[in-house]
Amino acid sequence: MSNESRTDMQRVEQTLTSVPEQTRPGPVYMPAVDIFETDGAITVLADMPGVKPDQLEIDLRENVLTITARVTAAPANETDVLREYDAGTFFRRFTLAETIDQAKIDAKLADGVLRLELPKLERAKPRQITVRTG
Amino acid sequence: MIVRRAWPARPTFDAPWPDFDQLRRDLLRTFDVFAGDREQRTSPSGVFPPINVTHDADRFYVRAELPGVVASELSIRALQNRLSISGKREIPKEHERVSYHRKERPEGTFNRTLTLPMPIDADRIDARYADGILTLTLPKAEEAKPRQIAVKT
Repeated sequence: MSNESRTDMQRVEQTLTSVPEQTRPGPVYMPAVDIFETDGAITVLADMPGVKPDQLEIDLRENVLTITARVTAAPANETDVLREYDAGTFFRRFTLAETIDQAKIDAKLADGVLRLELPKLERAKPRQITVRTG
Repeated sequence: MIVRRAWPARPTFDAPWPDFDQLRRDLLRTFDVFAGDREQRTSPSGVFPPINVTHDADRFYVRAELPGVVASELSIRALQNRLSISGKREIPKEHERVSYHRKERPEGTFNRTLTLPMPIDADRIDARYADGILTLTLPKAEEAKPRQIAVKT
């Protein structure tokens, strides 16, 4: 198999497996994210209203970052009048291009916003090369 | 326009075979229609914030999804059976030398007014903000509560 077509196969596989396999019924939502990069780190900000820290799972393996969170429903003794959002699962998966220092990953969850700091490995950081004359 | 998006959608940075992906999504949607049990419940007009209203015997509960909002930026007003929630969501600026890969989180001002099925006691409204959800507890007005009438024989 040529190198190019193998990469294609891997990509397809990733696309097909990227929709979460559900073990519980309920809708799956895609949280809105901001992702930005500095020389030292990649930061992911994700809107996940209603998620508590113990309901959140972050997984990074082989450059694939997976964020999963479950939101619990409102108390059952109340009757619906209007329903515009549902309890369910937040799920999103990204492939990271940079090499991440897994030991230094930092995650913070405040007011329904997840802030994930992924520091780059020392060798992946850009270096300024000085050109010497002579 | 702010809409919460549901799966299936493309999750990776690159988009291989976009036609195939579209076809797969269409198929899944068709199955959903036939299955019939998955109603489209996310607000279709894309209003922000999405709100759930429930009630029990004495109170209405209004819950709004407002992630990353400062509580002091929220303004809640109530009159008779009308309730309005307005505010501003600001995304703080990151330091200068950043390059964005994705910028999906919305910011700006919002304002929603709801009409509840019966009058509420505006003086006793309780508002709480936790985990990005604003929860309002609105006691029903005394005069609007149903009364138990004893039947005399």
